[in-house]
Amino acid sequence: MLHLILFLFFGLICVAGAINLLAQSHPINSALSLIVVMASLAALYLLLGAEFVAAVQVIVYAGAIMVLFVITIMLLNAGAEERTRGSRIATLIGVPGVVAGGTLVAWTLLRRPDRPAFAIGALKGGPSDIARLLFHDYLLPFEVTSVLILIAIMGAVVLASRPEAVARGPRKDGE
Amino acid sequence: MPKRHWKTKDILLSITAFLIISIVKSAAVIGVLLTAVAYSVWLERKVSAHIQNRWGPTRVGPFGLLQPLADGVKFIFKEDLTQPHVYKPLYIAAPIIAVVFAISSIAVIPFGNWVNIGPWGTYLQITDLNIGLLVVLGITSMGVYGVALAGWSSNNKYALLGGLRASAQMVSYEVSLGLSLVGVVIMAGSLSLRDIVDAQGGVFWGFIPRWNIFHGQTLAFFIYMISAYAETNRTPFDLPEAESELVAGYHTEYSAMKFAMFFMAEYANMVTVACIATLLFLGGWHGPIFGPPLLQAIMPVIWFCLKVFFFMFLYVWVRWTLPRFRYDQLMAFGWKVLLPLAVANVVYTALVVAWRA
Repeated sequence: MLHLILFLFFGLICVAGAINLLAQSHPINSALSLIVVMASLAALYLLLGAEFVAAVQVIVYAGAIMVLFVITIMLLNAGAEERTRGSRIATLIGVPGVVAGGTLVAWTLLRRPDRPAFAIGALKGGPSDIARLLFHDYLLPFEVTSVLILIAIMGAVVLASRPEAVARGPRKDGE
Repeated sequence: MPKRHWKTKDILLSITAFLIISIVKSAAVIGVLLTAVAYSVWLERKVSAHIQNRWGPTRVGPFGLLQPLADGVKFIFKEDLTQPHVYKPLYIAAPIIAVVFAISSIAVIPFGNWVNIGPWGTYLQITDLNIGLLVVLGITSMGVYGVALAGWSSNNKYALLGGLRASAQMVSYEVSLGLSLVGVVIMAGSLSLRDIVDAQGGVFWGFIPRWNIFHGQTLAFFIYMISAYAETNRTPFDLPEAESELVAGYHTEYSAMKFAMFFMAEYANMVTVACIATLLFLGGWHGPIFGPPLLQAIMPVIWFCLKVFFFMFLYVWVRWTLPRFRYDQLMAFGWKVLLPLAVANVVYTALVVAWRA
C-alpha cells in the first residue's frame, strides 16, 4: 500500500517534470526539470530494490552530468528560446508514432500471460549482487564497454585540443 | 472479519511506532547538528582570534558563548534585500537547496552503537542503509546546485564567476574524493557506514588501534582531507568566495537569513565531512572504554564527538595557516596529483586485499 502510494507519487513527479522540461522556454528551467526527472527515477529504482542503481543514478546523472549541463548553460549565458510552431512533418509522423509505440508496449506487456509478478523490492539490486554480475557473469562485456568509454574519452581530448598544441606536445610553464 | 481487523490495527500500530521513533530521532539529530553548526562558527571566530593574538567574541555571555544566538537574532531581523535584476524563483530556491542537501546527509551517519533506554533499544543513527556511503556522496553531489544556481540567478558578474568556479571545483574534486573512499570500502567489504566502523575494531600489538588510517589507508586519508576541503570551499580552496577578487562570490547578492542559510550549509557540510572522516579513517566510535557502567554506555559517543571536534578544529587551523591557491594551480593539483594518487591507492589496496584473501 505504502509502496503503491510512493510509486504513484514519484511516477507523477517524474511525468510532470518531463512535461515541464518541454514546456519551459528557458534552458536552465528545462535543465532543472530534467534533474527532477532523474531524481524521481532514482526513487523509483529504490522502490524496485535496486539500491545501487538508484545511488549511481543520483551521483552520476543528477549530480555530475546535470551539473555539467547547468555549467554549460551558465557559461553560454543562453537566453529564453524562441517559440516556433514546429515542423509539419514532426506533427504528422511524430504524434501517430508515439501513440503507436505506446500502444505496442502496453499491448505486449498486458498480453503476456506468464508475466512474472514481482513484489516491489523483491528484485536483488544491492552492491554485491551488481558486483557479482559485472565482475563475474558479464566480465568480458563490462571490460569491452570500459575500453569503448576510454576510446571516447581520448577522442574527446583530441577533438577539444587545438591542433598546434597537439603537435607541440604538453604545455610548458610560462607559455 | 475480526482477524483482518486486528492485522490492520497491528500494522497501523507498528507504522505509528516507526514514525514516532523516526521523527524523535530526526528532530534530535537535526537539533544537535544545528547547535554544532552554530558553535563551529563560534569556535572558528575564537580560534582564529587566538591564532592572530586577539580575543575574539567576549561580550555576549561568558567567553562570548551566546554570540551564535545573537548572530541568529541579528540575521532574522536584518532587512532581506531582493535586487530587482535577479531571477526570482531560483534566487529564492538556491539557499534552500544548499541548506536542505547539507543537512539531509546527516541521516545515514551513525554516532554510536546500539543503546538501550529502558525497554526500548535503538541504534544511534536515523537510518542504516546498505549503501550509506553512496547516499552521502549522492546528497553532497546534489549540493552543488545551490551554489551554482545562486551564482547564476543573482545576475551579477562576481556571483556568476563564483558560482562557475564553485561548480567546476566541486565536480573536479568529487572524483578524487570518491576514489579515496574506495580503498576503505574494499577493506570493509561493505558500503554501510556501520559495517565500515565495525571492521575497524581491535588493536595491533596491543596498543595501536586498527583504524584505517593506521591500516594501510594513510594516503587515502590525506587525499580525502584535501578533497574534502575543496568540496566544502574552505581555505586554501575558497576560490568561489575569494574576497580579494570576487567580492563574496556566489552569495554576493544575498542578505539576512538567505545569506545565513548559505553560511549554515557550509558549516553543516563541514560537520558531515568531519563525521565521514571519523567513521572511515579514525574508527568511528571505537576507543578505550573504562569507568562506571553509565560512563561506559556513553563513552563511544564521546569518542565520536571528540574525533569530529578534532576535524573541526583542524579546519580552522588550516584556514589561518595556508594561503589561497591560484585557480589553475587548484585544477592542476586536483586532476594531475590527487586523482592519480587516489587511483594508485585503489589499485594498491585491491592488490593487498586479493593477496591476503
